[in-house]
Amino acid sequence: MPRPFTPKVITANALLEGDVVYYTADDQWTRHLSEAELLTDEAHAELRLIEASAQQHLAVGVYLADMAAGENGPVPTHFREDFRRTGPSNYAHGKQAEL
Amino acid sequence: MYSYNDFDAAFLAERNSQFRQQVARRIDGSLTEDEFKPLRLMNGLYLQLHAYMLRVAIPYGTLGSAQMRQLAHVADTWDKGYGHFTTRQNIQYNWPKLPDVPDILDSLAEVQLHAIQTSGNTIRNVTADHFAGAAADEVADPRPVAELLRQWSTDHPEFQFLPRKFKFAVTGSETDRAVIRAHDIGIQLVEKDGKRGYRVLVGGGLGRTPVIGKVIRDFLPKEDLLPYSEAIVSTYNVLGRRDNKYKARIKITVNENGLDTYRALTEKRFAELKPLFSGVDQEMLDGIRAHFAPPAFRNAPTDAYDAARETDPVFRAWADTNLSAHKAPGYAIVSISLKKHGQTPGDATSAQMRAIADLAEQYGHDDIRISHEQNVILPHVHVSDLPALHAELKKHDLATANIGLVSDIIACPGMDYCALATARSIPVAQEIAKRFDELKLEHEIGPLKIKISGCINACGHHHVGHIGILGLDRAGVENYQITLGGDGSEDAAIGQRTGPGFAYDEITGAIETILKTYLGLRESEEETFLEAYRRVGPDPFKAALYPEKEKANAA
Repeated sequence: MPRPFTPKVITANALLEGDVVYYTADDQWTRHLSEAELLTDEAHAELRLIEASAQQHLAVGVYLADMAAGENGPVPTHFREDFRRTGPSNYAHGKQAEL
Repeated sequence: MYSYNDFDAAFLAERNSQFRQQVARRIDGSLTEDEFKPLRLMNGLYLQLHAYMLRVAIPYGTLGSAQMRQLAHVADTWDKGYGHFTTRQNIQYNWPKLPDVPDILDSLAEVQLHAIQTSGNTIRNVTADHFAGAAADEVADPRPVAELLRQWSTDHPEFQFLPRKFKFAVTGSETDRAVIRAHDIGIQLVEKDGKRGYRVLVGGGLGRTPVIGKVIRDFLPKEDLLPYSEAIVSTYNVLGRRDNKYKARIKITVNENGLDTYRALTEKRFAELKPLFSGVDQEMLDGIRAHFAPPAFRNAPTDAYDAARETDPVFRAWADTNLSAHKAPGYAIVSISLKKHGQTPGDATSAQMRAIADLAEQYGHDDIRISHEQNVILPHVHVSDLPALHAELKKHDLATANIGLVSDIIACPGMDYCALATARSIPVAQEIAKRFDELKLEHEIGPLKIKISGCINACGHHHVGHIGILGLDRAGVENYQITLGGDGSEDAAIGQRTGPGFAYDEITGAIETILKTYLGLRESEEETFLEAYRRVGPDPFKAALYPEKEKANAA
């Protein structure tokens, strides 16, 4: 039996800056996970991935990442995505520095 | 050190200009990412977790002060004011922006540095013993050979699309400080019957299938180095597997075909290639060698050093751990630790880089080395200058006396930076270093190499750590496996796994358990951890690490 679809967001790195970006419901790339579109339907997610991947001039390495619905938008379910939305643990660099 | 000729300078300028145009075409949309990716990788530019990463080669780990200052300039101008020195004698910048990279490369070219072939399935930066030209125990300085290999392999038309990446390491000593047995090709300068030549090892490597390199030629005449190296790589280029990335390294090719077959094929290819080398390579090598002439060592009294040892216990502790024997009388090799307890292994701030450059200029014949153990070396310092040098190092947080001890840990960037990582490495190294500093056990434990990798690719050399730590993702949680008894020296050995891994918040305690077990069972203070492990085997350590299992077995 195929595994049930779990909620996801579309994420990538920005072409110029290289930092982590997320795809929003209105086809924008945001730096904030809370603003990302949480995709709960598999067919819709596949379609959105194709649309996001077409934006080669803005984003690199586009993929679907597992998330859960939180009070303020999507939240990571895996530590890798948690680090991506925060930054490295040895210095206050990356997204955590901008908060 | 080597200085570019007109050809080198023109080649690099052209290559940088090409890459500048490639970046522009990517930004204006003429190139897709699929088209651009192999181009950027050939020039050392990765896309990592939080940002791009630029990997700059430090050929055979040798820098002058002007180059070190330029590395600091790059860190300040286009990055976040620091750089990360790696286990392959490279420096990595973790935060460059794509449009800035062409300027960074031009800036590096001003001091004859580049990022060519620091990625991709090519021959990578040729590494060497970081004590080259200074070690008391070497046959000859290995760096001229490393430079010849660099020139031969750079943009070599046959070797731009190998089955997989390919790494050379060269040493001039029987004592292996360059981990040549864990490289695709390891070269050792040797002397036999009064003649210079090379012992050539092939098929070593770490990663998911760790293999100790095997001797393919015990004594290669010196004039045959390039044709023979070309024969080995050429044989691999044809025979190496391209169907499976995990079986593509030469270590697998050698193991699947057998060393004898691989050697026979290499010899056959060598017979074809040898006549094509007219000897011009040997003339070039002689020319290169002139660049590596030893500095003018001075004769000076050593009283100041002796006096400082007597009166300053902090200096003495540092001298005891951070100095190594030099071939010239009155000189020492100084290791500058980039492993202050709690700091990121291998990181240096731009201010520290400039301080090191100044000190190298003032006290070190303008010679700086980067070790694969992620420290900085001043290879030629007269001992009378050591008290002043040490005082300056202290001002810049560079005087940590821990070379070769528990806290002198190799750690890959891990999941704090690397897109391939499965777990973090850096904070594990930081915690272990802090723990043993608090316990004040570091000097009692003595010589120990802990090496940490954040994934199976083993950039942190965990397989050859006396204690190796491998970070994995186990069902969505960071988990750390421990190996014991690994060794990256001339007695190279792959460490053996103790058993199930430990959680992120358990791993430091597990290392403490291992080392307290060692302190309890060693025969004397002179018996090192590795010697004790070789004597007693893994069982006492396993029993201490997994007491429940021990109880179950007894029941």
